[in-house]
Amino acid sequence: MALPLVLPFDLVVIGAGPAGGAAALAASEAGLRVVLIDESAAPGGQVYRAMPAGLSHSDGALGPDERAGQALREAIAASSVTWKGGARVWSISGRYRIDTASTAGCESFEAPRLVAATGAHERIVPFPGWTLPGVIGLAGATILMKSQGMVPGRRTLVAGCGPLLAAVAAKIIAGGGEVAAIVDLSSRADWLKALPGLASRPALLKQGINWFLAIGMARVPVLFRHTIVRAEGENAVASVTASPVDGNGRLSGGPERTFEVDSLAVGHGLVPGAEIPRLLRSKLAFSAASGGWIPVRDTFGRCSVEGLYAAGDGAEIAGALPAAITGRLAGLAAARDSGALDSARFEILSEVTLAAFRKTLAFSGAARDLMRPRPAMIEDIAPDTVVCRCEDIRRSEIEAAIAAGASEVNQLKHFSRCGMGPCQGRMCGDTVAGLVALHAGSREAAGYWTGRPPLRPVPLSMLLGEFDYSDIPVPEPAPL
Amino acid sequence: MTAQRMAGIGRGAPVSIVVDGSPVEAFGGESLAAALLAANIVQLRKSPREGGVRGAFCFMGVCQECAIIVDGTVQQACLVPVHDGMTVTLRGSV
Ligand code: FES
Repeated sequence: MALPLVLPFDLVVIGAGPAGGAAALAASEAGLRVVLIDESAAPGGQVYRAMPAGLSHSDGALGPDERAGQALREAIAASSVTWKGGARVWSISGRYRIDTASTAGCESFEAPRLVAATGAHERIVPFPGWTLPGVIGLAGATILMKSQGMVPGRRTLVAGCGPLLAAVAAKIIAGGGEVAAIVDLSSRADWLKALPGLASRPALLKQGINWFLAIGMARVPVLFRHTIVRAEGENAVASVTASPVDGNGRLSGGPERTFEVDSLAVGHGLVPGAEIPRLLRSKLAFSAASGGWIPVRDTFGRCSVEGLYAAGDGAEIAGALPAAITGRLAGLAAARDSGALDSARFEILSEVTLAAFRKTLAFSGAARDLMRPRPAMIEDIAPDTVVCRCEDIRRSEIEAAIAAGASEVNQLKHFSRCGMGPCQGRMCGDTVAGLVALHAGSREAAGYWTGRPPLRPVPLSMLLGEFDYSDIPVPEPAPL
Repeated sequence: MTAQRMAGIGRGAPVSIVVDGSPVEAFGGESLAAALLAANIVQLRKSPREGGVRGAFCFMGVCQECAIIVDGTVQQACLVPVHDGMTVTLRGSV
C-alpha cells in the first residue's frame, strides 16, 4: 500500500461557493499555487449550485444565479486553480495539512495559508412534528427546485422568514406546484422597513416584486407574523398549524389555522458554518445579527490564528454578492501575506473591492433583519419537542441536564448527548445554545461546541480505501 | 409528499434503481433523495433512539437524515446521483 502523498500548495481554499471561488481566483491571479476543495462535483456552492450532469433547462433559459454560477465555473476552469471536487475535508492539522476523502480515495494537501469559505446552514427552530418526513428546510426546497428540477410536494406550505420564503413559494408556483400558504414571522411593516435597503439592488428588488406578484396571482394566503406550532401526520406530514406571534416570535395566543399539505418547507434564517475557525481554535465572537458565532477577523478576513482567513456566509451571513467580495479580499490578503503582491498593488486592488463591498451593505442589512433570530421562539419550545434530531433529545431532557449543572454547551453535550450524533450538532447547535443561554444569561456565557475532527463524518471504508489486512507486512517470527 | 418533476427540464437517460427489491424509475443526474421523493418514497429510516420515521430534510449533506444503505454501504441519498442498477435497502431501517 502506497503511503499517502501530501501535495504542497501556497494556499488551500475550502468551499467553492461565491466566496471560496473568488478567493481562489484572486490568489491564483496574483501568482499563488491554489487548490480549491469542495464536496460537490462542480464549483458553485449552494447558491450557484450547478445542475448535475444530465439535467438542463430545455429552453436554455438561465436565471441570474445560474448565470453567475456558470461564469464562476468557467473562470475557475480557465484559471490555474487546482480543482478538487467531490472531496470531503475531514481533518485539518498543523499549518496546514488538509486531509480529504472521496470515493476516489484519500488525498492530503499542505499549505501555509488556508481560506475557510464553508458557507452557512439553515436555522430551523424546532416545533412538534418537525421530524416527520415531508418537512424539509427552505434551503433544501430551493436545492430540489434549482438543481433537481423538482417541486417538493403536491401541496406545500412555506414557512419561516426572509426573502427565501417568497423565492421558494414563487418557484413552486412556477414549477406547477401548489402553495397552501405562506407563514411569515415578519409583519407587513417589517417588509416595508426592509424595502429601502432591498431597493439598493434594483435587479434583486425587481425579482422580489415578481415573486410577490406570482404569489398574489395564485391567491396564496400569506399569514404575516405567524409561526408553525405543529406539523402532524401518521408517517409523513399531512397537516400544519400556524398561530400568530409578536415581533420577537412569541406566541400571542391568537386563532390557529390548519392547512392540509403533503410538504412543509421551513427555515428561520441562516447560521454561519464557522467549523474550521472553531476547529483551529481561532477567536470567535457572538453576533445575533450576523447569524451566530463568527470568527473574529480584520477587514480582509484574517483570523486570529496565523495564516487562516474566513470569508463568505461562513464568516458572517450577508449573501452571495458580499460573499464573493469578502472571498476576493481574503484571496488578495493571502497573496499579500505570502509576498506575491506588493503593498502598492494590494492597496489598489483591495480598495476597489472594498468600495464594491460598501455598496452591498444596505441590501444585506435589510435581508438579515428579516431573517434575524427571534429569541422568544426558543423560549416557547414545548418540553416534549425533540430538539436534537440525531439523538432524539427533547427539551425536557436538556432542561434536566441544565438543572443537573450543565452551565455551558460542552457540558450539556456530555450530560445529554445533544450534538454527538452524525450531524455533529449542525442542526440543533443554535437552538441548544439558545436554551442554555436562558439559564447562563447570554449566548457568550453558553459558549459554543469545541470543534473536533472529523470535520465532516466520513465512512471508514472511504479512509481505508482498498486496504486489506493481507497488505500489512507481517515480520518473520523470531527463531526460537 | 411526492416531489413533482417540473416541465421544461431536460433529464438524463431513464435509469432503473432497485429499492428493497422493487424497481423504481429515475433519470440520470438526479440525486437519490430526489428520485425517491418523486417515487413517493418519503420514509428513509427510523431514528435510532425512539424509532421515529424520518426522511430527507436539508438536501445539502448537513443533517444526515438521508443516510441509507446504497449499493451495500451507508451513503447520503441527497449527495449521491442515481445510476442504473443502484440497489437501495430501506427495509430493516424503516
Ligand atoms: S437530507 Fe440532509 S444530509 Fe441528506
